[in-house]
Amino acid sequence: MKAITIRLSFLLAIIIGLNACGTDEKINTEETVTAEYICPMKCEGDKTYSENVGCPVCKMDLRIVENKMNEEVDENTISSGSIFNLTSKWKTQNDETIELKDLKGQVLVVVMVYTSCKAACPRLVADMRGIHEKVENKDVKYVLVSIDPETDTPEKLKAFAIENEMDNEQWVFLQGTVDDVREFSNVLAVKYKQISPIDFSHSNIITVFNPAGELHFQQEGLGVNNEEIVSEINELVQ
Amino acid sequence: MKGLKIYFWVVFALFQLNGTSQNNAEMKEIKRGAFVPLFGSDSNGVFVKDFLLDVYPVSNQEYLDFVKQYPKWQKSKVLSIFADNNYLRKWKGDTELGDLVNPKAAITNVSWYAAKDYCACQGKRLPSLDEWEYAAMASETKPNAQRDSLFNLRIIESYELPKTYKHSIGSTTYKNYWGIWDLHGLVWEWTSDFNSVLISGESRQDVDTERNLFCGSASINASNLMDYAAFMRYAFRGSIKANYGIQTLGFRCAKSNKK
Repeated sequence: MKAITIRLSFLLAIIIGLNACGTDEKINTEETVTAEYICPMKCEGDKTYSENVGCPVCKMDLRIVENKMNEEVDENTISSGSIFNLTSKWKTQNDETIELKDLKGQVLVVVMVYTSCKAACPRLVADMRGIHEKVENKDVKYVLVSIDPETDTPEKLKAFAIENEMDNEQWVFLQGTVDDVREFSNVLAVKYKQISPIDFSHSNIITVFNPAGELHFQQEGLGVNNEEIVSEINELVQ
Repeated sequence: MKGLKIYFWVVFALFQLNGTSQNNAEMKEIKRGAFVPLFGSDSNGVFVKDFLLDVYPVSNQEYLDFVKQYPKWQKSKVLSIFADNNYLRKWKGDTELGDLVNPKAAITNVSWYAAKDYCACQGKRLPSLDEWEYAAMASETKPNAQRDSLFNLRIIESYELPKTYKHSIGSTTYKNYWGIWDLHGLVWEWTSDFNSVLISGESRQDVDTERNLFCGSASINASNLMDYAAFMRYAFRGSIKANYGIQTLGFRCAKSNKK
């Protein structure tokens, strides 16, 4: 009987652990619990409050003070606005399984495309290559996320990488689940829709994340002059 | 051996309990069918499989129970990547609705991420845009009232009413053909792929195709030019981002029918 109880409680623990929701359990609670708030109108100057109960003077909702010191001191904390809070798992072109936070510490240049695309994607990919050529730093990662995960298997992505001469450390191709890709697109504010079995329409946006995973800059459109995005990236790597 | 059997049953029961521990909101089945949505398909329309949909939008009270159980979705703890400053804006505190909030009204000021996780925690999911539109085109008596001009007129009129987000769920609108309440007339609702509405013809020109939304003459491609209410819904979806908290935007959950 005792053995069963032990086994039961063990299994129960597993079952609770399996619960699909609330996936990103406890990341960051400590940091956010100790968050400080400030009145957006600065009614009382730089005074901060420990609870978000509204400004005592103007009654406006308070705003969280971003604790930048904290980020630099402790490399393990993930800031509230970071994409590394996403716990989705992805396959790379080398068939490795990674989470986004495995890309932490590097400047990321991210675009969402699909490899069978004939219209805008080749130009978007060309834009990515153009940026890559102008940025000298070799630690910057260029990430291409597929919006067609059912077609774009790691093998397909690998072939695409080789064909486009992007098969090295700096280029990361990602395949996720349909749900996770949708979530990721929302983080980038990229819109897409499957319009036929082989075609998607999608936004043409290239996004730059800083090493902490916070959105730093977005370039919208095709064939845009890339000077601005290149200088933003260079600023980040320095 | 018998002991083992019992033990498996207990585990199974516990599993069930765990999966459905939250208040399980009532759902109704929506039977499969094809329809032509306003945008985003060729003239063949889209096919929607059988699915289950919540009878009511999620209420403030239900959402309060949820954040009590999952503190990471409380107002002060939510990560900024998942919700903007308007998240649960009217609430008094992390686990307090406040005097001005009707517990029976639909929850609003919630982000898409929060809505998605709420449904996942009930063992459900958000309905897709096509599923939502499919369920919402039913009037009281017909599964497809898309061509019923009086029905469409009523929807538009309901959009004109002020502050409907304060009304209690399941009381002021109507129960449709499938037994679903409040799809029109209380709040707008999140769908899983709301960001599949691509607006072009706007200044940024960042979108590759789909020139058939709102670009004056281009809107002739829409499937039903009389459906002004649907134009409004698609325009709204095209204008929002997943971290927005909006006073008139709530959600309900759906589930695939495994029969």
